[in-house]
Amino acid sequence: MNIKQQDSRLRGNYILGIADNSLILGQRLGELCGHGPSLETDIAITNMSLDLLGQVRSYYQYVAQLSGEDKTEDDIAFLRLEREYKNVLLVEQPNTDFGYVITRQYFFDVFHLLLMQELQNSKDETLSAIAKKGIKEVSYHKRFSGDWVKRLGDGTEESHNRIQNAINDLWSYTNELFEMTEADQQAAEAGIGVDVSKLKEKYYNEITELLNEATLEVPETKYFHKGGKHGVHTEHMGYILADLQYMQRTYPGMKW
Amino acid sequence: MNETKTHINPTLLKILKTVPDPEIPVLTIVDLGVVHGAEVLDDGSVEVKIIPTYSGCPAMDVIGDDIVTAFAEAGIKAKVKLVLSPAWSTDMISEEGRAALEKYGIASPLDATADKEALLGNKKLVKCPQCGSKNTELVSQFGSTACKAQFKCNDCLEPFDYFKCLK
Repeated sequence: MNIKQQDSRLRGNYILGIADNSLILGQRLGELCGHGPSLETDIAITNMSLDLLGQVRSYYQYVAQLSGEDKTEDDIAFLRLEREYKNVLLVEQPNTDFGYVITRQYFFDVFHLLLMQELQNSKDETLSAIAKKGIKEVSYHKRFSGDWVKRLGDGTEESHNRIQNAINDLWSYTNELFEMTEADQQAAEAGIGVDVSKLKEKYYNEITELLNEATLEVPETKYFHKGGKHGVHTEHMGYILADLQYMQRTYPGMKW
Repeated sequence: MNETKTHINPTLLKILKTVPDPEIPVLTIVDLGVVHGAEVLDDGSVEVKIIPTYSGCPAMDVIGDDIVTAFAEAGIKAKVKLVLSPAWSTDMISEEGRAALEKYGIASPLDATADKEALLGNKKLVKCPQCGSKNTELVSQFGSTACKAQFKCNDCLEPFDYFKCLK
């Protein structure tokens, strides 16, 4: 393998680590299409899903181009095995109730925006362009999810308890966002990627502030799950992929 | 405001101006600001560069097809290239485009500061495209397409779309 191929492979792996989060969360949110708790939230959630899937297309098209093989964005989205998806465990967690949907979204949005703000300085022009575009969309997502965290937390006893449950449950998936894989490390050193471990303090400060405002408690657990970034997923992932890949596996090469 | 126009020769621009936005047909793709450039290549065909409004906007594929069709009708072979930079912003919508939106019943985007105030529900700044009243209320930050939010007018009681500011 020559240096150029090595570089392309490194970039490809790094990009999948970012892009797969958007794909799996986009798919999760898409499940709520027509099932949202109200028309407005249904539309909002599917709008966010669409933004995420749009970002994924830009990333995957770029990865396909970098691979130098005869691959397309669809191959990358639909034809990998579970272990080859590098998304964090947080985004694959199920839509248990609206409290979970909002908490998962808010926990991811805060991270996502911090990441995009750094990624726009990437030496890789395509990544920088995707991030610049993404910032505008993700800011909007965070405004929506943050508003709802406050509304549910500061709402009725029922809404408060529900979202507090979701926070307690999903909190243990947040730390993985800041884990540096080998691909992350190499990409950060090359000036292409972001050192996510440096975003951790900002992230937890921002979330703590909002939870306090929403009269919610910050969990004290010190136990955190990880594995997704290395392809080791929770039991939910197989079901997501079954749904996601069904059409392409049944009708290979199918196009819209 | 719309610097992209300067890159396009008048003949090509004329054809591009016949292509409407598929979601908001009163707006041409030139007025929407998604055409980043168009040039005649050595082989006589035309390459049109377009920038996406939102990453996931499904209209982009349709816009691409419509451009190819419009040129084909003029006997010109065209191909469309999607470019990611510069990132599209609502500042790229022309004055004609804004007027067309209002006339069609969609409130046009405010500047970024006012937009934030309006979308947070802090201030009443969005003007109802039906009756002109600013006594309007946010219904949802997200609307029927990625680029719009839903509002209603408290005076004429009509619901309407607001084309949100993207900067």
